[in-house]
Amino acid sequence: MALLTVTGLGVTIGTVSPLDGVSFKARRGEILGLVGESGSGKSLTAMALMGLLGRIGGRVSAGSIQFDGQELTTLDEPAYRRLRGKRIAMISQNPMTSLDPLVQIGAQIDQVSRLHLGLSKPAAKARSIELMQQLRIPDAATLHGAYPHQLSGGMKQRIVIAMALAADPDLIIADEPTTALDVTIQAQIIQIMVDLVRERGLALILITHDMGVVAQACDRVVVLYAGRVAETDTTEALFAQPHHPYSASLIACIPAHDQAAGTLSGIPGTVPGVANYPAGCRFHPRCDRALAVCAEMAPPITALPTGSVACHLYGANA
Amino acid sequence: MSALHFLKGVARTPRGAVSAAVLAVVIACALFAGFLAPYDYAIQNLPGANTPPGAAHWMGTDEFGRDLLSRIIYGARTSLSVAITAISISVVAGMTLGAMAGYFGGIFDRVVTAVVDLTWSFPEILIALILIAIIGTGTTSIIIAIAVAYLAQFTRLTRAQVMALRSETYIEATVNLGAGHAHVIFRHLLPNAITPVIVAGMLATGDAIILEATLGFFGLGAQPPIPSWGAMMSSGTAQIFIAPWIILFPGAAIAVTVIAINLFGDALIDALDIRNRLREV
Repeated sequence: MALLTVTGLGVTIGTVSPLDGVSFKARRGEILGLVGESGSGKSLTAMALMGLLGRIGGRVSAGSIQFDGQELTTLDEPAYRRLRGKRIAMISQNPMTSLDPLVQIGAQIDQVSRLHLGLSKPAAKARSIELMQQLRIPDAATLHGAYPHQLSGGMKQRIVIAMALAADPDLIIADEPTTALDVTIQAQIIQIMVDLVRERGLALILITHDMGVVAQACDRVVVLYAGRVAETDTTEALFAQPHHPYSASLIACIPAHDQAAGTLSGIPGTVPGVANYPAGCRFHPRCDRALAVCAEMAPPITALPTGSVACHLYGANA
Repeated sequence: MSALHFLKGVARTPRGAVSAAVLAVVIACALFAGFLAPYDYAIQNLPGANTPPGAAHWMGTDEFGRDLLSRIIYGARTSLSVAITAISISVVAGMTLGAMAGYFGGIFDRVVTAVVDLTWSFPEILIALILIAIIGTGTTSIIIAIAVAYLAQFTRLTRAQVMALRSETYIEATVNLGAGHAHVIFRHLLPNAITPVIVAGMLATGDAIILEATLGFFGLGAQPPIPSWGAMMSSGTAQIFIAPWIILFPGAAIAVTVIAINLFGDALIDALDIRNRLREV
């Protein structure tokens, strides 16, 4: 059984609905990629899962989020606070600004296990050092007392990951955890997270717009476009044969190492703003395979051997 | 980056070094008045009244023949203890109010801001006088009056800092990991907001010394025979043509102390590089 089942999730902020009918599942020991361009609703989905929509004045308007048999959309704030960090942890985008500059990094990790596991100060410290060692941070015992400005970006991101792991959560949501890092460090951090998922049987939702990261790390992929799921499939199947034209374009955008200079491809146009989502399929104005029906009707969801796609090309109208 | 490190940075500039030296002397006077003062501050010697400055009495004597230098040294204790106590209370209360207003927002924030802006629109001395009219005179009263008079400043400053910090990623990250309000405010927000508030408190201490002297001049502060610079100046007004030193020396003591505090605070602002963050006040 899936650890997390999101069904028909809709989010409303004021008068707009930036997220609409999003469904996916996350399982233990599996990495689920949530991909899409900026503005496709990736981070918003993460905030909805964390119960943090209130921070931006939004709310869940439809659907359900089932986490380990518990419905999260109706959970009150104190109950949610006990869940955050303890059962669902989040790794944020920018390690440079995710650590309090005035608190020793070790103490920042300690805080989480002391809060959620009720550990004593020395016990929390021992646990933090152990975690830091598992994350291949050299000289962990000494670095426990260091301040954030003394660390490199890659080290800081490991500390942020250690904070997320400190209370032994079941689900980790990583919102573009490597965007702010350079490529070699990126690969290391992704590898660390892959290993963690395999060793600890965590469920990881990896939010990214980097298809390379998806190919390297994810078991399954959910492709979001303009607040809706375009396609979901196993990574292998998606890269072997993308069904949705949008997924196909995303994959076509990955530069190949033997590609001639000056031939980078992109997807023409931009993601529409939430206030003017087009009628019908939201991708149709940018789609090179659009049919007449695409401008009129939202596409039906068609099952694939290992996933599903929301596109008229595969529906009954095709 | 310890506090000591910054103090060294301050002391390296001429302005910082001179003001720090003057402040050290004033603080030493306040702490060790009993050892430093050549005479008892309260013993009267009427035949020796209004003696001009000389070998026996470096700053002369007042209208009761009391040694002026001794009274000024003891006066430093009154001035500093009243000003520092009042400003400390004000800083702690202002930080609490400001942090809560900035963090929680909503109706609480609007009420606090309205009250603070209202008091902000009156001069501090007026607020202090109104309060003293209600709670009476004496040392405790003027401490409370001065603390309330400066409360608005620290509340505003802390609120502005906290509101800016609240949207920092590390604060959000802490909330994302399940931290409660108290933890976020006391472990993360206040430590990051405290530096400009401390410096503003330091500068306000100079203003508070003037306010204390003013209230003392009106006879509202420390009661005789306890020496206070303001009260000494007040008694000197009657002798200004006979014995001008009685009013001049306490006045000079106030001026030198306040200028030193302001220069030191200014040097501290530059050393900490927080001039922009202080612009809120």
